[in-house]
Amino acid sequence: MWAGIILSLRQELMITILIFVLLVYKIGASEYKTNALLNGINLLLLANLIVGFFPCPDATSFSGMFHTNRLIVLEKNMLNLGTLLISLQAYDWLKSHRHVPEFYMLLLATLTGFFFMISSGNLLLFYLGLELSSIPLAALASFDLEKRQSSEGAMKFILSAAFSSALLLFGISLLYGATGTLGFDTIVQRLDGSAFQLFAFILILSGFAFKIAAVPFHLWTADVYEGSPVTVTAYLSVISKGAVFFIFIQLLYTVFKPIATSWYRILIILSVLSITVGNLFALRQNRLKRLLAFSSIAQSGFILAGVIGSSRIGEASVVYFILIYIFSNLGAFGVVSLISAQTGKETISDYRGLYANNPALSWVMAISLFSLAGIPPTAGFFGKFFLLMAGAGKGNYVFITIAALNMVISLYYYLKVVKAIFMDKPEQPIEKLVIPLLPNIAFIVCVAGTIITGLAGWIYDYIYSLSIGL
Amino acid sequence: MPNASYIVLIPLLPLAGFALLGLFGRRYIKGFAGVLGTSFVLVSTALALYVAWQYFSISLPQGHFKQTVPLNLNWLTFSPGLSIDMSIILDPISVMMIVVVTLISLLVHTFSLGYMKGETRYATYYAFLNLFTFSMLGLVLSGNLFETYIFWELVGCSSFLLIGFYFDRPTAVAAAKKAFIVTRFADLGFLVGILILSFHADTLDIHTLIQRLTQPGPQLTNITTASFLGISALSWGLVLVFVGGAGKSAMFPLHIWLPDAMEGPTPVSALIHAATMVVAGVYLVARLYPVYAHAGPAVLQVVLYVGALSALLAAIIACTQTDIKRVLAYSTMSQIGYMMFALGAHGYTASMFHLFTHAFFKALLFLCAGVIIHRVHSNEMKDMGALRKLLPLTHACFLIACLAISGIPPFSGFFSKEDILLAAWNSNKLVYAVGLFTSGLTAFYMFRLYFSVFWGRPTHEAGAHPGHHPETPFTEKLPLVILALGALSAGWIPFSRFVTADGKPEPAHGVSVFAIAPVALALIGIATAAYLYRKETERPQRAAAAFKGFYQFAYHKFYIDEVYTFITKKIIFNGIGRPAAWIDKNIVDGLMNLLATITARIAAGIKGIQSGKVQDYTLYFFAGIVGLAVLFIYLYT
Repeated sequence: MWAGIILSLRQELMITILIFVLLVYKIGASEYKTNALLNGINLLLLANLIVGFFPCPDATSFSGMFHTNRLIVLEKNMLNLGTLLISLQAYDWLKSHRHVPEFYMLLLATLTGFFFMISSGNLLLFYLGLELSSIPLAALASFDLEKRQSSEGAMKFILSAAFSSALLLFGISLLYGATGTLGFDTIVQRLDGSAFQLFAFILILSGFAFKIAAVPFHLWTADVYEGSPVTVTAYLSVISKGAVFFIFIQLLYTVFKPIATSWYRILIILSVLSITVGNLFALRQNRLKRLLAFSSIAQSGFILAGVIGSSRIGEASVVYFILIYIFSNLGAFGVVSLISAQTGKETISDYRGLYANNPALSWVMAISLFSLAGIPPTAGFFGKFFLLMAGAGKGNYVFITIAALNMVISLYYYLKVVKAIFMDKPEQPIEKLVIPLLPNIAFIVCVAGTIITGLAGWIYDYIYSLSIGL
Repeated sequence: MPNASYIVLIPLLPLAGFALLGLFGRRYIKGFAGVLGTSFVLVSTALALYVAWQYFSISLPQGHFKQTVPLNLNWLTFSPGLSIDMSIILDPISVMMIVVVTLISLLVHTFSLGYMKGETRYATYYAFLNLFTFSMLGLVLSGNLFETYIFWELVGCSSFLLIGFYFDRPTAVAAAKKAFIVTRFADLGFLVGILILSFHADTLDIHTLIQRLTQPGPQLTNITTASFLGISALSWGLVLVFVGGAGKSAMFPLHIWLPDAMEGPTPVSALIHAATMVVAGVYLVARLYPVYAHAGPAVLQVVLYVGALSALLAAIIACTQTDIKRVLAYSTMSQIGYMMFALGAHGYTASMFHLFTHAFFKALLFLCAGVIIHRVHSNEMKDMGALRKLLPLTHACFLIACLAISGIPPFSGFFSKEDILLAAWNSNKLVYAVGLFTSGLTAFYMFRLYFSVFWGRPTHEAGAHPGHHPETPFTEKLPLVILALGALSAGWIPFSRFVTADGKPEPAHGVSVFAIAPVALALIGIATAAYLYRKETERPQRAAAAFKGFYQFAYHKFYIDEVYTFITKKIIFNGIGRPAAWIDKNIVDGLMNLLATITARIAAGIKGIQSGKVQDYTLYFFAGIVGLAVLFIYLYT
């Protein structure tokens, strides 16, 4: 019995062991070499990623509190991969930082939270997982210890997160009052779509909307993304968002299935608002970090479009898109992170003529942005297309047209950056930058992923075969 | 039956050329790049001709040409029904198109050998040309709607690169951007159209899609009953696909990019803006023609009127332009308008026939324009004149092309235009009248161009170095001669034996009495042009002779001249042409600008919400919940 539990919990256990290893190391070693430590941690994360791919049986443990299946394992592997990529890219920033073990402990703690959240079969465990992830995230956001902006961002994040958690918890307790249970499998039997239950649902939904930064629950993102170190911004807008989407779609498709007609309408509104407002904000940004952050709000809206499809295709296309999103967004964030760590330059005008001295970085940036904008033949194009196709399955063409129109608008600000890099004449060009080995590996993986995920049909086929749908 | 193994090579060879030249061109291949790029396309052309010969001569077992799919590689399976495949479709129009595309592309490649010599980015130019040829061939051959879309975008991208080839000129960059954005905007319609059609038909495969949407079955009932704003999903899908086609084919009001796109190198204009990319929209509608024809008259009416309006409007504007390439650009738009309205008038064969003949004479016109521009170093007609002695071969070729486009028998344009007008006559008399009038105008503006360039007074620039160097190198002469032969004789092909809507060969109908009206109108147009533009510039030399014995005659002539000037300049130019150009410039362009301004304004206004105060954020958060709760609990339950 224990063997079965350990096997099904192994991804969570691996991360927990890693945290303890780091803790013991931190306490024991008074002096350490940051370089060696970073290499070691990245190796451990790589090992963790590889172990994650070993097959794992579907299981339900702890009387339904925890469950796992092949899709969930795949989702956790995707999060592992994303975390590894972020860690590789953070090399430049961390090598001069004094608190490397703490950074990784906090990072891995949030990851554990996400894993438990995705695997939860009960609202209680779900809530615990969510909180386990958001409190360390606030600490991470303030990790540029000497910068005021960073602490300010963290403060705003913890306040907003507390507010959203309170409402989420309120929603959960209302739902418990209405149905008398917290287990996913029993809630679904007792939902009848009454106004009371619907209100509880909207409160829970707002908690999700906060995490995925859907409009109008997105306002915290601007300051937090701006103030946090680039690495943490990337983690927040890619990994955190992806994890929440995984559990969100599971909950919608299984637990809240009886009130599908209601959430379907709500999500359309949220999706249209997110895509449009996210794009409009991004249009005016001159700082790359902010531009990527706001564009990620619009990307959330697109993912919601796939969720709206409420079909097997919908679920598959969402997971597929998040995979692509991890590669392309992390590629872009990686370049920003590297340049910001080495030169401190972060605005689009600083990037003018980047191509002249740094062709490799320019191409990584261009390919990632093309993918985010959805230009073929990059994977982002297929991802977006599948999302829209899934959304169109319900026959709401007005919505799809608005979404497609926004794809064209988003082209403008993505291509603005590409234009600055390749075509504009630099006033003070960024000199040739040295790309250390670890970030270099991350860039290669991101670019390869951005291209291959779109071209290799079997990846989507595999995800589709694992999806269940509504 | 043609074999897939070598059909695949037709598009792949130019792709290989692109990869080779793109990777090694600038460093290792350099001056050899042109020959290398051309030879790839040469092999493609030979293969295309062989496939065409095989297809049309061998594959006629049941009395009609079948649509076959010799290759189908499954790529991305989206759902059991919907999968994105890389497939090749062979039917009369795709076979015709690969011949046209490879042939014109080969000639343009050859022409550019001499024309672009000495350019610093010579190898890059050939790499882009090869890429464009690959994309266009892929588009033509694709048997999957989504594959079509991918190549459609690739064509857009590669044309962007070619139009903006002289990227150090701000006008060229602006033109490339404009072309890209306008067509991209239209592509949006295409994409949504694909979504609608394929979702209801539950397939992306063109062959199956056409079958399911034309024969009774669950899919057809489904798509015709589903409706939005009172119009069926089928009609929406088809209209949106047409919008995509209209963007690429520069139909009114999405044509604004085409005249500006003339900033690219002239051979590029010959390839992209005469024979290939701009007819992609026509080809797309033709590809789905059975569905259009079956969906009832409403959608085809849209195609019909948009086509007719574009044909007329462009012809009028062409009369007022002074830049030689812009005249040709508007003339292209007008001719494509003909092809479009022919499709709208059920003249499938006629439309494809005109596409075929137009490719020859329009490419020829652009290449001639290239030779002329190189000689006088200007695009303006006022800098040209009396070039017929300096450029005798170009003169002959240009004249043949002008006669062909004006529809004078026995040149090629005559046959195809007559077919189109016949189809229009059978379908809609108003559109017939428009087509007839436009064909007169066409003859007028083409010969206005011809006379101002080759006749009249020699200008300083043109006469500066007479006989300084030979007219053109051999590599430029050869394509001109081949295209001239095509422009002369392409119309003699009994086209309806090969290309018809249902694949069944029909006997070619002979020349009828019906042809008298358009030919007469064309002759009037030519005569008018000759009268106005040959004389006007010759007057200085003849003035002395006229003073002596022919005073009365000259006076009389002067009087008629004034009348003509009044009619043409005051009424046609100022009364119709100027307002048309004005609407084009201010209203159509203005609307596009307005859209952009509004978006920017909203973005600026919305910024205020982002105040930086956490209290405000939670307030909006709370308002969001209240809003959703009110909306959904009180409205829907």
